[in-house]
Amino acid sequence: MSLDASIRLTLGPLDLDMDLTVEEGEVVALLGPNGAGKTTLLRAIAGLVPFRSGHVRLDGKVLEDPATRQYVPTERRPIGFVFQDYLLFPHLTVQENVAFGLHARGVPRQVADERATRWLDRVGLKGYARARPAELSGGQRQRVALARALAPDPRLLLLDEPLAALDATTRAEVRRDLKRHLESFEGIRLVVTHDPLEAVALADRLVVMENGHLVQTGTAGDVTEHPRSQYVADLVGVNLLRGEAGDGSVKLTSGQVVAAAGAESGDVFVVVHPRAVSVHRTHPEGSPRNVWSGRASSIELMGNRVRVRIDAAIPLVAEVTPAALKELNIVEGGEVWLSFKATDVGVYPA
Amino acid sequence: MRREGVPIIVVLPAAIGAAFFIVPLVGLIVRSPWGDALTALSAPETLEALKLSLIASLSATAVAVVLGVPLAWVYARVAFPGRALLRALTTLPMVLPPVVGGIALLLAFGRRGLLGAWLASTFGITFPFTTVGVVMAETFVAMPFLILTVEAGLRSMDRRYEEAARALGASRWRVFIRVTLPLIGPSLFAGAVLCWARALGEFGATITFAGNFPGVTQTMPLAVYLLLESNQEASFILSLVLLLVSLVVLVGLKDRWLGFGST
Repeated sequence: MSLDASIRLTLGPLDLDMDLTVEEGEVVALLGPNGAGKTTLLRAIAGLVPFRSGHVRLDGKVLEDPATRQYVPTERRPIGFVFQDYLLFPHLTVQENVAFGLHARGVPRQVADERATRWLDRVGLKGYARARPAELSGGQRQRVALARALAPDPRLLLLDEPLAALDATTRAEVRRDLKRHLESFEGIRLVVTHDPLEAVALADRLVVMENGHLVQTGTAGDVTEHPRSQYVADLVGVNLLRGEAGDGSVKLTSGQVVAAAGAESGDVFVVVHPRAVSVHRTHPEGSPRNVWSGRASSIELMGNRVRVRIDAAIPLVAEVTPAALKELNIVEGGEVWLSFKATDVGVYPA
Repeated sequence: MRREGVPIIVVLPAAIGAAFFIVPLVGLIVRSPWGDALTALSAPETLEALKLSLIASLSATAVAVVLGVPLAWVYARVAFPGRALLRALTTLPMVLPPVVGGIALLLAFGRRGLLGAWLASTFGITFPFTTVGVVMAETFVAMPFLILTVEAGLRSMDRRYEEAARALGASRWRVFIRVTLPLIGPSLFAGAVLCWARALGEFGATITFAGNFPGVTQTMPLAVYLLLESNQEASFILSLVLLLVSLVVLVGLKDRWLGFGST
């Protein structure tokens, strides 16, 4: 019982080539920057975008396969789709919106209306059956969209940026509700998002996409501990380098050598946490073997820490306290030294 | 608020332009023999023409909706070679002199016409000089208004609502009836009203294709024209009726659907 999608297509500037499986009982988040092809992948799974080659299989049944010319039209796929702006039908009441999928699938009117009423109750919108979507708040609309998608009992629930249309104040609360509803739904769940917080909060497993391709997949812990792209490293807020490992050091593609305690051999990623990077005005004394000089190109206050971006032979971001910044008298454009210990470097195979 | 100076070279022609429209309307209202209005309106020929006009123009609108909405849908949603040409051909009656339209209809559906000869010999059906002929002439001239308005509505609607409906399991027919039609409702209404108003005022194609038989093909505009010879007062009154209908249509469509009057 699973979703198995393998999709290759070209759409404008996007070249999509993705293999994705989602198991029963799993919530998977498709995470990636804008234009990565997340929504297109979701629409292809729903049958709304044709693809060149690959397949979509649900519970072992082929929904689409260009090679064998199989195509189950969208309206006959057992899916529920929550669209980015919800797309509630503006001319129908909330109740009619939720009952729409039941009516369309031939459920008798009275049964459909009862089930729609129960769903509204379940998402906490009991008194809103006769309201029009335009009268609802963003969070309420999101819940109607979810109830509408779930009411016909789909096997596969697809959510496209379910919280993006909400303002920051309601987002946390709606996210909590959404998580609860996702947990109570027993089918296969796939959420598209560009917000790492949302992905981590809602999903058991992350699938990170960039430029139409898979970058990495794993639990939130796997992904944050072992970023495999600059995009993920930026999301997590760590320095990511890549090079060839050889006995206690890594030779970077730029030619610089980083001393790294765990380095063995082969093509590796190197992660240095900004907190592990020390900043000095003069060449530091003592044990650190990784020392470079450069210029502080930007200084940003982040909460109670200061992030200093340093243009050195290896450009890195260092995190220091505001007090240290003042004491060291570091200014933008000023010359600094940076250092980190070989034992503070994370190394893992690329 | 300080007024921006408007140059006289603009104001003068603008004023003349406006007067050019207003003076004839005022003339119609001032010179109409209001005292005889009831007599003129209740004359049997007038009532007959009025009834025929309403029946024919409403029928033409109904035909235009039934045939024109699918055609507009095809224009808006289906890409096929020759679409631009076909659209141009079905828009042509908007700019074609109606008399020419009437002649074209005669050559197609007349007793000796392209299709008409066959229809007459096989089924014994003839259209010219019948009420059905009036409806055909009016549809020919008025349907383009509906097609263009509905097509514009279909093109500007958010098609993702249709995708949302499909993802909820709705067949294409259900999507069209339950989602597409309601969402383009205002365009459909505006198109139908424009179409109806145009059909109501139709003269040239009707008199050419359907002739001018009282009770059968003599619609209001035809009656107005004829009365001008025999009974001017009555013709003024009927003109006023047509003017009022047009005005009601325009005011009714104002700002809600035609996009003016609100600023």
